[in-house]
Amino acid sequence: MPVNPEAVGRQYGPSEVYEVTRVKIREFADAVDARSFAHRDVAAARAEGYDDLVAPSTFAVIIAQRAEFHVVVDPEVGVDFTKVVHADERFTHHRPIVAGDEITTTIHIDKITQRAGISMVTTRAELADAEGDPVTTVLSTLAVREDA
Amino acid sequence: MSDENIPSFDALEVGAVVAEREVAFTRDTLVRYAGASGDFNPIHYNDVMAESVGLPGVIAHGMLTMGAAASVVEEWAGPGNVADFQTRFTRPIPVPNPGAATVVVTAKVGALDEELRTARIDVVVDFDGVKVLGKAQAIVPCA
Repeated sequence: MPVNPEAVGRQYGPSEVYEVTRVKIREFADAVDARSFAHRDVAAARAEGYDDLVAPSTFAVIIAQRAEFHVVVDPEVGVDFTKVVHADERFTHHRPIVAGDEITTTIHIDKITQRAGISMVTTRAELADAEGDPVTTVLSTLAVREDA
Repeated sequence: MSDENIPSFDALEVGAVVAEREVAFTRDTLVRYAGASGDFNPIHYNDVMAESVGLPGVIAHGMLTMGAAASVVEEWAGPGNVADFQTRFTRPIPVPNPGAATVVVTAKVGALDEELRTARIDVVVDFDGVKVLGKAQAIVPCA
């Protein structure tokens, strides 16, 4: 089943709260070779002006991809996950993510374009903190190959 | 982020290379990223699965390449001081076993915004002479 272009405008969430932990920030920093001590040591993070460990700049993908899963499994959108390639990604930080943040995410299907047997599905994840203030906007486009 | 630790706007020039790093991806790196990110797509650790969807073998997560590129920029910009980062994924990076796929990440000043005092940093990730990211751009606030 091809991707349904009428799914544009759908939204999912707000999701359950994602708690940002020091352990996960350290683990992610190691995985992407982010070398600052501000990702690992609380005193170093405070010396940089943060309340706690600060997350590397693509850390939000962990939270966004959990939310994007709702789009991929929605039968009315029709994405075949075995035929998906990641086309693009963008993070816009309204403020840095720090350990202790409690993040809630709402995901929107912003755009679906179809051409030459490929559907491009663009989602926008809006991450907000416990006060409801915006933290990060994550735009992501999946390219889905359609059967001929 | 305290001002004394972020780049000085007046010292920047369009075209200047601000950071460069060689990054080696191994199967170990991929498994570590899968665990850290929660992205367990088997094309990033299982050759049989990767070949069954037409790939030459296991490939690196696009988001690992983007994350490693961001780390190079962030080390120069200061932790937490990359306000915006975007990229397109143009080429996959096959990761051999055993061995490593080594890329070179180069970050240059692409444009300067006098009014906002921000720098647009253009990032190139080169793998064997081929660019694997397209329009990889970061926005970095400066002092």
